[in-house]
Amino acid sequence: MQIPVEGFMYPNEVELQWSVLIVLYPFLTGLVAGAFILASLERVFRVEAVKPTYRLALLTALAFLIVAPLPLQLHLGHPERSFEMYLTPHASSAMSMFGFVYLWYLLAVLVLEIWLDYRRDIVVLSQTTTGWRRLLYRMLTLGSTNVSARSLAIDERVGWIVTVIGIPSAFLLHGYVGFIFGSIKANPWWSSPLMPVVFIFSAMVSGVATVMLLYMLLNRLRGEPIDMRCVDTVAKYLFYTFIIDFSLEMLDLIHRIYEADESFRSLDFMVHTKLYFPHIVVQILLGTVTPIVLLALTQVVKLSETLRRRIYVVAGILTLVGIFAMRWNVVIGGQLFSKSFLGYTTYKMGWVTREGLLTAIVLSILPVVFLWILVKLLPPWPERHTVTETAGD
Amino acid sequence: MTRRQLLILLPAAAVAWEHILAGTPEASPNYTMSEHWWGMLMDITKCIGCGSCVRACQLENHVPDGYYRTWVERYQVLDWTVETPHVDSPDGGKNGFPPPKEVGGKNFFVPKMCNQCADSPCTQVCPVGATFVTPDGVVLVDQKYCLGCRYCVQACPYGCRFINPSTETANKCTLCYHRITKGLTTACCEVCPTGTRQLADLKNPKDPIHEFLKNHSVQVLKPHLATKSKCFYYGLDGSVR
Repeated sequence: MQIPVEGFMYPNEVELQWSVLIVLYPFLTGLVAGAFILASLERVFRVEAVKPTYRLALLTALAFLIVAPLPLQLHLGHPERSFEMYLTPHASSAMSMFGFVYLWYLLAVLVLEIWLDYRRDIVVLSQTTTGWRRLLYRMLTLGSTNVSARSLAIDERVGWIVTVIGIPSAFLLHGYVGFIFGSIKANPWWSSPLMPVVFIFSAMVSGVATVMLLYMLLNRLRGEPIDMRCVDTVAKYLFYTFIIDFSLEMLDLIHRIYEADESFRSLDFMVHTKLYFPHIVVQILLGTVTPIVLLALTQVVKLSETLRRRIYVVAGILTLVGIFAMRWNVVIGGQLFSKSFLGYTTYKMGWVTREGLLTAIVLSILPVVFLWILVKLLPPWPERHTVTETAGD
Repeated sequence: MTRRQLLILLPAAAVAWEHILAGTPEASPNYTMSEHWWGMLMDITKCIGCGSCVRACQLENHVPDGYYRTWVERYQVLDWTVETPHVDSPDGGKNGFPPPKEVGGKNFFVPKMCNQCADSPCTQVCPVGATFVTPDGVVLVDQKYCLGCRYCVQACPYGCRFINPSTETANKCTLCYHRITKGLTTACCEVCPTGTRQLADLKNPKDPIHEFLKNHSVQVLKPHLATKSKCFYYGLDGSVR
């Protein structure tokens, strides 16, 4: 397949190395980190208004975290060797830490926190369900069936500590993804100390928007009323985080324009041509400025509940589109120009290939499937059935 | 053992021996790594853009079509295009170059290859250490260990790496390590008709590189990236990227 090239590329640069799957990877981990940070608002910072989203946020984080390594595995030339990252990690490589950061976050933070928070429910479900579900819940109790007040108080305390540890871990999880790109000095589009910070805040934005949309969608599907106090508070946090995220991105942009180093002419040309639509139109105008303006409206103008809800839905969807575009522009945009700054290549996405569009679509749907299973197994909303607690210390 | 049994075993042993040897590195009994520190000297003023080096490299190292361990770029710098020179490298310069589209200006060829950086960004980022710098200063890739994650390809500022489509692993110039450890020069240096490329052993006091470096102004590519490149260019124009 002939790849169109403009100007001069080093001969080995014509073919892009990182595909749409690598776009998906930071997008998915970003949702994980963002959803967890939203959950921590209630747990650590005692923002009671967002309590209805707490468990949903945790389950969302888990569903997306399970899928996050899949695009990486599919992208590797030798996925069967990926375990070597655990056995012989190369300490100077940002990427080698992925396995450890991922496992730490998955097992030491997220799974532990979910288990502690759901332990009482799991014990109750292991007693009230029958058949395979009963067996599954009994296994999930890990033999810990004590749900006395003292025991639950310990769960609460340990859960709080795990969340406190979890906040910097969530920052680490996504900040390090930003560092993978930001530390590549060969690529001026990526090389920036701001990259990890921008990644963290964009992660928060995407995670909060996802949980907000899921909360409204699931409540609608269940025929339950939407707690507007909760959604208003989540939207307020989304607005504030978005302002910080946008400011950081603009700071990066202004710095590049003002400094105008040797790469500027080439990058500027790229942004005005090949990246104009995904960067200027989709990421900045549609995916950032529009949701910020919409969210600002809800903060300064007194609007009806229905209108607010609709605005939140539109702003949430646009936010996710914008953050996906941001990941696209970082990963794909960073490979479209030559390191000689004299030419540009083109990204040709395959359709039904290992790293093609179909794979990307399946990987995007997969977390939703996992979330559906998790929600079925561990309902995140208040129970309707009577609880029979076992006693004993 | 009977003569009959021996006759049956010999061809089998001959076939097996080839496979046994295939798993072992080529022996270089008289070579001590710590006594060498390899680099390359490129005299741009001598390069005629014939592409012999590219062809020799592809033959010697079985480089797949469309990928390059070494290549040659042609620069045309007009007075008003110092910042944006016209550069081309059709097929990596493998078959030479067609006449330039525009006449005039400063015209010259620049051979490119892995710079064998002492502080190589590709080595730094490899998640499993499959890319490494040998004690004699050559950046190599362990083909049996590489994950094919492509991080090293992204990290190389000079565009010298690629993913070999048949092995799905990172590939690059090895400075013909299989040759230089036997006292030979690299394939590209061997065939260069003008002596543009010269293999240099920076630890060998008798190597002519020392005399050359003492008496000539040389430069490395992208010095601001501080990769401690060991590919020294003589006659390098400021327009070269």
